[in-house]
Amino acid sequence: MSLTGLTKDAKMSKVKQEIDAITVRFAGDSGDGMQLAGDQFTDTTAIMGNDFSTLPDFPAEIRAPVGTLPGVSSFQIQFSNSVIFTPGDDADVLVAMNPAALKVNLINVRKGGLVIVNSSSFTEMGLKKANWQVNPLEDATLKDFKVLKVPLSELTKNALKEHPLKMTEVERCKNFFALGMMFWLYDRSLEHTITWINKKFSKRQEMAAANISAVKAGYNYADITETLPTQFVITKSKLDPGTYRKIMGNEAAAIGLITAARLAKKTLFYGSYPITPASDILHYLATQKHFGVKTFQAEDEIAAIGSIIGAAFGGHLGVTGTSGPGMCLKAEALNLAIMAELPLILIDVQRGGPSTGMPTKTEQGDLLQAIYGRNGESPVAVVAPKTPADCFDMAIEAVRIAFKYMTPVIYLSEGYLSSSSEPWKLPDISKLPDLTVKHPVADPLKKFLPYERDAETLARPWATPGTPGLEHRIGGLSKADLTGNVSYDPENNQRMIDLRAEKIRRIALDIPDLEVRGPKSGKILVLGWGGTYGALYQSIDELCAEGLAVAHAHLSYLNPFPKNLGHVLRQYEKVIVPELNMGQLIVLLRYQYPEVKFVGINKVKGHPFKILELKSKIKEYL
Amino acid sequence: MSDVFPTSPAPYTKDDFVSDQEVRWCPGCGDYAILAVAQRTLAKFEIPRERHVFISGIGCSSRFPYYMNTYGFHTIHGRAPTIASGLRCVNPDLSIWIITGDGDGLSIGGNHLVHCIRRNINVNILLVNNQIYGLTKGQYSPTSAIGKVTKSTPSGSIDYPINALCIAIASEATFIARTLDTDPKHMGYVFERAMAHKGVSFIEIYQNCVIFNDKTFAPITSRETREDRMIYLEDNKPLVFGKKQEKAIRLNGLEPEVVDYQSDMDHSKLLIHNEKSDSPHYAYLLSQMMHPEMPVPFGVFRAIEKPTYDDMMDGQIQDAVQAKGTGDLTKLIYGSSTWKVDA
Repeated sequence: MSLTGLTKDAKMSKVKQEIDAITVRFAGDSGDGMQLAGDQFTDTTAIMGNDFSTLPDFPAEIRAPVGTLPGVSSFQIQFSNSVIFTPGDDADVLVAMNPAALKVNLINVRKGGLVIVNSSSFTEMGLKKANWQVNPLEDATLKDFKVLKVPLSELTKNALKEHPLKMTEVERCKNFFALGMMFWLYDRSLEHTITWINKKFSKRQEMAAANISAVKAGYNYADITETLPTQFVITKSKLDPGTYRKIMGNEAAAIGLITAARLAKKTLFYGSYPITPASDILHYLATQKHFGVKTFQAEDEIAAIGSIIGAAFGGHLGVTGTSGPGMCLKAEALNLAIMAELPLILIDVQRGGPSTGMPTKTEQGDLLQAIYGRNGESPVAVVAPKTPADCFDMAIEAVRIAFKYMTPVIYLSEGYLSSSSEPWKLPDISKLPDLTVKHPVADPLKKFLPYERDAETLARPWATPGTPGLEHRIGGLSKADLTGNVSYDPENNQRMIDLRAEKIRRIALDIPDLEVRGPKSGKILVLGWGGTYGALYQSIDELCAEGLAVAHAHLSYLNPFPKNLGHVLRQYEKVIVPELNMGQLIVLLRYQYPEVKFVGINKVKGHPFKILELKSKIKEYL
Repeated sequence: MSDVFPTSPAPYTKDDFVSDQEVRWCPGCGDYAILAVAQRTLAKFEIPRERHVFISGIGCSSRFPYYMNTYGFHTIHGRAPTIASGLRCVNPDLSIWIITGDGDGLSIGGNHLVHCIRRNINVNILLVNNQIYGLTKGQYSPTSAIGKVTKSTPSGSIDYPINALCIAIASEATFIARTLDTDPKHMGYVFERAMAHKGVSFIEIYQNCVIFNDKTFAPITSRETREDRMIYLEDNKPLVFGKKQEKAIRLNGLEPEVVDYQSDMDHSKLLIHNEKSDSPHYAYLLSQMMHPEMPVPFGVFRAIEKPTYDDMMDGQIQDAVQAKGTGDLTKLIYGSSTWKVDA
């Protein structure tokens, strides 16, 4: 929280202080509506013209017992007057709705930060449920923080005493009281949230009125209480001109898939088995039937990919979404698609592993599985979006590659990207690529050969059932070149495996070169991939601002790599590879570029990298 | 299914459905007869050849698609129903056949079989049952009898066998039939009925594996025994069997029992076959009639109508388009709330 100016607002008789960026964390019980409060705060922040990035942090348990540590749900937002890429490291402000939320989240607040607690909930029972031996509001636990004790439950109750609501309903309005306080603290307008409440509760006027009263009461409370002497102002940020919306990664991926299907004039068939954190793609697509989107909730992960292989065989856009454990189950069917050379998209929203691991936490642990995790020689294209909004672009790119090269494409998203949100500068639809496929039709002068390849891409023709004269059989047994008939001929098998590998290699000629930010040669290049982009971008910007010479490059294509990757790497004495795994990209890089010196920055704690953490680790190599 | 296809100008012959691939089943394998009947059956319909798709898993019978001059997909073990389901969902104009076996369909792919059937996906499933694993060279299968001695059960199998038709009935299949490799005429009849049925059609075919399980069905289906041990089901008729058509079935409480039969007797005491019974109880009762206690029924156990998954999926899309209009990409991308950043 850096200071850029102080003004005195005469009317309010409180100080208004302009700051550049702030990180706020809302935390409470799963049932306290913290995600909702965070969403509302984000929407208003977006409309007020700040750049922002958000991160929900919620438990895998649906409703752990009320007030306990496993039941704590949090939402963090960083917003700024300049361009930012992460939801912030440690929060400047924590709103803790109960003792458990305080206990779980205190480690996420910077020393000297403001902690607003709902003191009504710090009862003997509340403290016991959260395993506090001593009331932390009464001992030295919070000595490093500014603490604001607010009896949120009581204040909400008082504010709503005229409203004809049940006590449990009144209690549920306290998130809006807290939200109102935050709106005052950061000089936000209530208008958007009031409109939203009216729409949301259009059939329950009394609920709408109560929630509006709660948010206004919170605002006014913050305004008059002497314990909040300063109101903070964050001016609009200087984003690129254009029209923006707020977007989360899974939503962007889903919209990207629908767009790709439209660009290809094909039906989008999404076959999936529910799994955290990928399920939201299925949920979103299931509401888009007016786009002709067909969603199929399969009986298991295998059936999900099987169904999309069928859709791809039928000439349409087959997509499945899953996470790590589902990737394991899909491996055999993915290999069938590789052998049959059918285009499909396999989205893996990576989560903490191994096994069931940490379903709601983020990781980049499936890279080697994506590249190698199948029997036999089975190269497949692998791409990875780098920001929530980029999930849209990479979805279209994955479809482009799949159709053009007749190959499955693995799309490695991450738990962090899936539910994190940021402003998305909306694309010009007319400039999106044409994805139309030319399916073959019968030529009376020529026998149809299902494995005859395009000279440039090595793709085989995508002949679909129903096309007269192209009747043919495909399958998982080794294929004879050209005819696709079953063949155990040794020379043929070698040739077909070479051809499939070469086909994937040629994609490198058709993707953008790797770009470098910062010095084009020198001591240190930081090379990341996927969802660590924002944290790396910001860390390296800050290091450069401190006068250090660090270059940054980021891989969106993991197989094949961009064709200039080797050249780029050789320009630096050392290449630092930060990953949210124990060093998977680095294994691939060391194998392909043994002449380059690589070092890793690795962690598997379920959380994204923090800026401070990255900066200090990168500095160790400077 | 026939109602969805336009008539084709060219009538077909069996040879139109024979592919250029050499058939590689063992000499004497029952699959030859099934293949020939399938080819002959397709030729009887006016469905254009390019609209037939044969999808199989792994196993001897799963080589079937290579021998059909149609579209075909030889997939992976047990997963054919999943691939067929996806294909059906994106293309309502195809005639889709799943070829599976007792191992492929009831063991490794049992889950998919159940779900494909209960969704009533409009496909024809041929489950070739020879009560043995042939391609992996002779291990017992989920339909092998208890005590069966095979390479993997030298002391005899201790698995109780599964009954294919019971799985189909429990999954509420809308068309259920049983036929056998040694009666091509009956098989052809059953295939035709399956093709005409809209919805999932499940057919169990008793098939003889000459190498690893020869004559396993002979006690029921051999020339000497078949008249006394098989019942050919005919809709609305009593379940009559025997060399002189002298026996029938009646219910004693919840159990079927064999009674003497004369054509002029009072039929009201006899079990009368009813394919269209809404309740699955009757079909289940038939499926439990097993050798040696009872004669074994063949023919159409059940044929009822129910909306198909694929039709309902298309229906929901049409409804959505009607309610919201065809999806507008700009609206989708812009969402409910946007803001502008000026230059």
